[in-house]
Amino acid sequence: METLERSKRYMNPYLAGLIIGIAMIAAYYFSAEGLGSSGGFKTVVVATTNAINHDYAKKTKFFESYVSEPESRPIKTWLVFELIGVMVGAIISASIAGRLKIGIGKSPKITNKTRLIAALSGGILWGVGTQLGRGCTSGLIMSGMAVNSLSGYIGLAAVFGGGYAIAYFFRKLWI
Amino acid sequence: MGPLFSQGIIGEELNMFIGFLIGILFGFGLESGGFANTRKLAGVFYGYDFVVLKVFFTAALTAAIGLFLLDRYQIMDINLTFYPKTFWLPTLIGGLIMAFGFIIGGFCPGTSLCAASTGKIDGMVFVGGVFLGIIGYAFTSATLWEGLKNKGALGKVDIATALGLSDGLFILLVTIVAVIAFVVVTKIEAHMKAKHDYQL
Repeated sequence: METLERSKRYMNPYLAGLIIGIAMIAAYYFSAEGLGSSGGFKTVVVATTNAINHDYAKKTKFFESYVSEPESRPIKTWLVFELIGVMVGAIISASIAGRLKIGIGKSPKITNKTRLIAALSGGILWGVGTQLGRGCTSGLIMSGMAVNSLSGYIGLAAVFGGGYAIAYFFRKLWI
Repeated sequence: MGPLFSQGIIGEELNMFIGFLIGILFGFGLESGGFANTRKLAGVFYGYDFVVLKVFFTAALTAAIGLFLLDRYQIMDINLTFYPKTFWLPTLIGGLIMAFGFIIGGFCPGTSLCAASTGKIDGMVFVGGVFLGIIGYAFTSATLWEGLKNKGALGKVDIATALGLSDGLFILLVTIVAVIAFVVVTKIEAHMKAKHDYQL
């Protein structure tokens, strides 16, 4: 029983950070690319729209650069393969630790419905924010910080600084 | 000398496969650190769990130090990578929108994918939300966003150069700040856990 409990514990955070950092170095060294997430989501949206209506995708600015510049496609598809890997890696880690099970993560003080509405709303905000801000926590902030890019630090200040500034108003969702 | 793909040393198919392997490492690190657990993620904003800060800064600094050394010892040329351009205004506004998304939704896109693939229904719903958000942005981009998106263009800006520091010194300073932060937040965390009984 005790062994089971121990196996469910999370990894030391500094070790987990080291693993992600090494993955980032490898991404830049092999593929000249930082780790990303929202870019891969975008590629899926673009590819789907293009498959449904190529003419629309070709003349709409958001999709245009993706569907009319073939040389820019492989690197964007790279993120999709990376994201499939992320899913596999998460499943491997969760199965080893015995955390692979269906459930809803939330504060015990809110209902499942509230949590799911909040999760959907949060996701939508991220969808919009990442397209305007050119990336998410991985692609904009962490990959940017890895190469000392100003954009990464602006993202860091906005996302985390902004988060602390508004946390009080949404505390009932969490504590 | 790296980066290998942009110099044609590895082909497109191998590059995709390497991307898949790198993704496995990334996802493994995220899930192992607790990033599929929305309560742990939100903890960083309420002081009861700082795993986000610890994992995130360790990862960013490991990468920054590693890439700095690879560049310095001419094992890899950072100039040949897809170094991000800075558009300060849309990144600032987009970042604030993401901040709301983080506090309300309890994930970011990468962590939600880890949560969704390991069975968290809130993670799956969040992933759906991200897709809806991107689709919503796409279909309103011409009318609402395009003007703003290209404002504040500064090109490729290295923050160390902009501050008049060397890259090495800047990374050292950020590392010192991070280590101090690690010590401080560990104390805050212990204090909050003793005071409140949070179930993670």
